[in-house]
Amino acid sequence: MTGTIAHSALLVSVGVLALGVILTPVAVRSGRREWLQLVYGAAYTNFLLVTIATVAMVYALVTHDFSVSYVASVGSRSTPLLFTIISLWGALEGSILFWAWVLAMYAAAVVWLHSRKQGNLVPYATMTMLAVAAFFAILLVGPADPFRPVFPVPADGPGPNTLLQNHILMAVHPPLLYMGYVGMTVPFAFAIGAIVSNEATSNEWTLLSRRWMLASWGFLTAAIIAGMWWSYEVLGWGGYWAWDPVENASFLPWLTATAYLHTVMVQERRNMLRVWTLNLCVATFVLTILGTFLTRSGILSSVHAFTTGSIGYYFLGLIAVVLTATLVLVAGHSDRIRTPGKLGGAASRETVFLLNNLFLTAVMLTVLVGTLYPLIAEAIRGVKVSVGEPFFNRMTIPAMVALIFLMGVGPSLPWGSTTWADARKRLAPPLAGALIMAVIAIAVGTRSIYALLAFTFVGYAAMGNLREYWVGMRARRRAHGESWPTALTRLVRGNRRRYGGYVAHIGILFVAVGVTASSAFRTEREATLLPGETLTVSGRTVRLKGVWGREEPQRSVIGATLDVLGKDGAVTGTLEPRMNFYRVSDQPVPTPDVKSSIKGDLYVNLMAFEANGANATIKVIVEPLVPWIWFGGLVIVIGSIIGMFHSGRRAVPVRKAPASAPSDPPETAPEEEIAEALT
Amino acid sequence: MKKKWIAGGLVLMVAVFGWLLFGGLEKNVVFFLTPQELLAKGPEGVGVPVRLGGQVKPGSMVWDAKTLDLRFTVTDGAKEVPVQSTGAPPQMFRDGMGVIVEGRVGQGGVFHATNLMVKHSNEYRAPAPGEEAHEKYKTLMQQGTL
Repeated sequence: MTGTIAHSALLVSVGVLALGVILTPVAVRSGRREWLQLVYGAAYTNFLLVTIATVAMVYALVTHDFSVSYVASVGSRSTPLLFTIISLWGALEGSILFWAWVLAMYAAAVVWLHSRKQGNLVPYATMTMLAVAAFFAILLVGPADPFRPVFPVPADGPGPNTLLQNHILMAVHPPLLYMGYVGMTVPFAFAIGAIVSNEATSNEWTLLSRRWMLASWGFLTAAIIAGMWWSYEVLGWGGYWAWDPVENASFLPWLTATAYLHTVMVQERRNMLRVWTLNLCVATFVLTILGTFLTRSGILSSVHAFTTGSIGYYFLGLIAVVLTATLVLVAGHSDRIRTPGKLGGAASRETVFLLNNLFLTAVMLTVLVGTLYPLIAEAIRGVKVSVGEPFFNRMTIPAMVALIFLMGVGPSLPWGSTTWADARKRLAPPLAGALIMAVIAIAVGTRSIYALLAFTFVGYAAMGNLREYWVGMRARRRAHGESWPTALTRLVRGNRRRYGGYVAHIGILFVAVGVTASSAFRTEREATLLPGETLTVSGRTVRLKGVWGREEPQRSVIGATLDVLGKDGAVTGTLEPRMNFYRVSDQPVPTPDVKSSIKGDLYVNLMAFEANGANATIKVIVEPLVPWIWFGGLVIVIGSIIGMFHSGRRAVPVRKAPASAPSDPPETAPEEEIAEALT
Repeated sequence: MKKKWIAGGLVLMVAVFGWLLFGGLEKNVVFFLTPQELLAKGPEGVGVPVRLGGQVKPGSMVWDAKTLDLRFTVTDGAKEVPVQSTGAPPQMFRDGMGVIVEGRVGQGGVFHATNLMVKHSNEYRAPAPGEEAHEKYKTLMQQGTL
């Protein structure tokens, strides 16, 4: 019954979406703009219908309705309620349904917020989103139908994948990822809408797509960090990033989205790079679909390859359609999209943005080629290969270290052009930060040249970004006599995107410090301990207290209890790494235990144990500054929230600064503050 | 004229980048081989990082819990390769199970594994009767939590 209702809702939504897609050009061309209300109505109706299907699925999961095929494949009466609900996104069909629902929500939100705008941009953007939604709706009524009837109805099911039901972050990471991934459809839709409606040179689409991109980027960043955290807490190897195809799939669109968020500023300020930003929008969207293809087709082996099936090839088809359509559109309209803007001087912010884009694109291509290479090698040379971490690390770390440096240079330089003397004056102060960090890094014994450079550049960039705040606040205090807190809030409110961006930079720097320190100074040891025996790793000591077992409804748990000993030998805490044996799988799921502090983590994993509990093999890993990564993620999210709620008014255009303005002291507030102070 | 220079520069940049990229790939690619394919390489297969895939030969696993020295034989039915590794075997490591070991062949023909992966199939298997955790670790379960 539930299945029938949901399936019918999805069938109707295919029709509604098709109607919306066809009606848009008809309404625009014939000038019957009142018909557009039907297109917008299609977006709302689709949201309603997919919501019905999603609620039906959750209801079927919760009530253990095993007559629904998806529930029969991932449900189980013994799974706790929370994990039963979140198994909605635990396997292929459910995750497609969830994707469709998030997309329907985005499309409805776009219509709700922007449909009163003039022009043809929003109609065509809506049409694009409805077309993508139709693709997912077709998957849901055909090859990925989660509501197929099952007969005879089984009494119980296997439960969700054991890796997915082992940690609470599975309730957090996937929704964030879908919000980010699916959200990338909106800027793409605006890009297509802008070309089709001939409004690519207006600033309207830039403004809209930029805001949606920033929101999706914030979600995607949070998702990537949450995914790293999940991997760290569940997989038991003490790492958070392994250049696994699925990790790469989430990282690729993040890189192009980051590049977009930077060049779009150049486009607004200097009226150039319009085709490039447009392509970045399209590339980001295509990479999200490619990522879905890679992870959902099972053609690449991965720890995350939870689902396999032929459905992947539909995504390949979608990519082909999108790329062809974009190519045709951009080529057909190129004369109207190209922009006359000219690059300023060499020492200017836009030059740094260009370099930023160059490095981000290079990293993206490297990761893309590395991820796809096993497929290429097997197809062309007939050999099975894997591209390991060394390739990705060696190829991308130099570019990423350079990007950290640029993060300090960009904010310090003005738009347009400046003299070298002025540039030197602006770029010099953050060197103090670089020096401090370099000294600290050497003092703690940093050996690797890249780690040393990373720490140094983090110091430089941190100082560079914080200094922008300091300079702006001081200018406001001088001009208005405001108190420091007032100056800070008014400064940020005056240009949320800019100061939100600096907050995001600081967040990235926290992540960079955490990643560099935890990989450069990681120490680990493994030993088999009898109860009472100790194991010491870089000054941290644990003592095995004993091994125990426990029965839970859906699993058996074997754990080891370890005392953490302080310097004086006193017990300062306990750790309980476990191994969870789910009824449905012969593979136990490791559940390491972590003791975190601002200085770093003590990570303990149970590797093996004697069946009678006589001993346990324990791996102890000491990783400095890991929590800084999670904290950095939070800071980035705060930065994107600040940047998202800007007033929508265009930033004050640059007045061409006379090239001969060396008298302009470097401490002067940037253009915006001056312009603001004058109003 | 200026445009030509820019275009030339771009082409050069892309070429250098591609050269670096594929050079890096050639050096860092790890081949996936079966024991038969590995042994067929002869001396060429010694010292280079590979992923070796096969089954754990029944009765070949020896683990010393004190020194964490782990030895077993990987077989593909035709040929077999002795493997040595340091660390605990995965808890469910057992005879006949599919494994992928990452490492390199040392002098003497022993494969030194740095990474040990149990082949996960998506359709995970329920434990065989008598192999269930609450049966196997009955004594621990009865003792309960510490």
